[in-house]
Amino acid sequence: MSIRIIEEKCVGCKLCLKACPFGAIEMRQKLAFIIFEKCTLCGACVASCKFKAIELKKDQKPAPEINLGEFKGVWVFGEQKKGVIQPVVFELLGKGRELADKLNTKLSCVLLGYNIKNQAEQLIYRGADNVYVVDSKDLENYLDEPYTNILVKLIKKYKPDIFLSGATAIGRSLVSRVAVKIHTGLTADCTGLDIDPKEKILLQTRPAFGGNIMATIVTKRHRPQMATVRHKVMKELPMDAKRKGKVFIEDGFEEDDFLSRTKIQDVVEEITSTVNLSEADIIVSGGRGMKGPENFVLLEELAKTIGAAVGASRAAVDSGWIPYSHQVGQTGKTVCPKIYIACGISGQIQHLVGMQSSKIIIAINQDENAPIFNIANYGIVGDLFQIIPLLTKKLKENLNK
Amino acid sequence: MNIIVCIKQVPETTQVKIDPQTNTLIREGVASIINPFDTYAIEEAVRLKEKYGGKTTVITMGPPQAESALRESLSLGIDEAVLLSDRAFAGSDTLATSYTLSKAIKKIGSFDIIICGKQASDGDTAQVGPGISAHLDIPQITYVKKIREIKDNYAIFERMTEEGYEIIKSPLPCLITVVKEINTPRLPSLKNLMRAKKATITKWTFIDLDIEEDRVGLKGSPTWVVKIFTPPPRPKGQILDGTIDETVEKLAKIIKDIK
Repeated sequence: MSIRIIEEKCVGCKLCLKACPFGAIEMRQKLAFIIFEKCTLCGACVASCKFKAIELKKDQKPAPEINLGEFKGVWVFGEQKKGVIQPVVFELLGKGRELADKLNTKLSCVLLGYNIKNQAEQLIYRGADNVYVVDSKDLENYLDEPYTNILVKLIKKYKPDIFLSGATAIGRSLVSRVAVKIHTGLTADCTGLDIDPKEKILLQTRPAFGGNIMATIVTKRHRPQMATVRHKVMKELPMDAKRKGKVFIEDGFEEDDFLSRTKIQDVVEEITSTVNLSEADIIVSGGRGMKGPENFVLLEELAKTIGAAVGASRAAVDSGWIPYSHQVGQTGKTVCPKIYIACGISGQIQHLVGMQSSKIIIAINQDENAPIFNIANYGIVGDLFQIIPLLTKKLKENLNK
Repeated sequence: MNIIVCIKQVPETTQVKIDPQTNTLIREGVASIINPFDTYAIEEAVRLKEKYGGKTTVITMGPPQAESALRESLSLGIDEAVLLSDRAFAGSDTLATSYTLSKAIKKIGSFDIIICGKQASDGDTAQVGPGISAHLDIPQITYVKKIREIKDNYAIFERMTEEGYEIIKSPLPCLITVVKEINTPRLPSLKNLMRAKKATITKWTFIDLDIEEDRVGLKGSPTWVVKIFTPPPRPKGQILDGTIDETVEKLAKIIKDIK
């Protein structure tokens, strides 16, 4: 493979210099010049060039080893915890339905667990045509190895064209391993999925560089096309109890498939509020401006009133005011709720990359120059110790009406 | 105990900003740093060595300038460093990257534990760690927030989940990916800074590794980037004004309406 500047076409406009995330292009004799030591062949410059002056050649391999036509259908991993289907599964079924319809194919959900057969119906009500169930005591709790072994066998047996999983702690661990075992491509943490109308392949769009750029990725010659998908981005379908579908109970696995070298000795639940950050529709988050651990009670009260989860900036976590599991940002969690309420958070870039894709951002801060106001849809400049209790009170009154 | 740490050099995202006029990345003066999550992996490796003895080796795949990330690792107490750099590796996705790293780890030889950061701050995939363990066919424990103990042939970890954590026992060798909570990285010592400056970095290219050509680089990567674009800018915000009572009233209404 190779990349080159077609000198006759290059006009020296420098657009590609700005587009290159790696600083691998400079101007030499008024034309673009690629510094090969830095170039990663990502193709960002090719897309940016208005004059078609950059050529990225990908070596075309001889006929692919696999017959792409054999692979049919869209599959969704039916992640469950303690027998409860996770909300992201319904979101994926919503999106999966749309993709399957565009491809004129079936949507299936694969459900691994223990005593979970009775959950299959609700997956059909939410859009699945088929549900494949593997029910075993050994699958009661998620473990990387048995889950990987079983999924690999099912994928080899049924050959789905597309395989989607939530970008959850489980999904990201599991599918990364599965993709390597079946030697296919995997795109992490997608926020957009579509079908290329001509090639009929999956267009997987995801944020990179902390959401500063978006990349659309394809898996051309390997199947299935696998992607993990961020929570809260795709729309679930309303429950339709009239929908019909088929449930397949899968068996015939070998004993070894269920073996795990790692063992769970204990499970400790410690999230104080009942809402988990990644699944939350609303997040109330506190930063340095909270001034101390005792003041997080204000946020908890507000959160309780509106059914929100409590988040925090790195500054608050590092000060020991709230556990790390609440941290949003580059070294914490990436979230995209409907509403993100940032209280006393100045808006350092490391925090923004973890929450800037939230639909509505509300900022409450004393400093009118705080960078958080640059990305907020609504802002209040003022004392959060006055504002938050008042807001909680008004919301309580409002919601009770 | 032999400990291997896999790291990545990334642009310091604090400085990656979007030019509002041209809507493109401004990279002037963007420094390269060790991926933030990997600094916890390095620190944990050094702590394990201090506690149990043995050797720590850091490994990275990247362009030649990634050597500086390796020297920084040495200054933080890592014993040895390996750089995988070759034009043939350029354009590798997570499958090709984890394959190449697993081959290099095999070449390093025996190891008890491989430590990776949870994910890199530029790609954010969290796929390379599990990918390496799948290629090596060893157990993986992701999102580790604490190593409780390591015995001769097994270790006990705390794995962070969305609700809390799991206590997991795994045989060795295994691969773990770590989160920030696991430790607080130290600063480089003067002695290690001096050592890092002079140390010889092992450099391996394509021909040094027992690898198949069509499994590395762009050729060995099933996923291809077909388009890169900047996300649409957020709509211009609105500062609510008035007395506290008025602004809060407005805000309560906004929240209620969206909800």
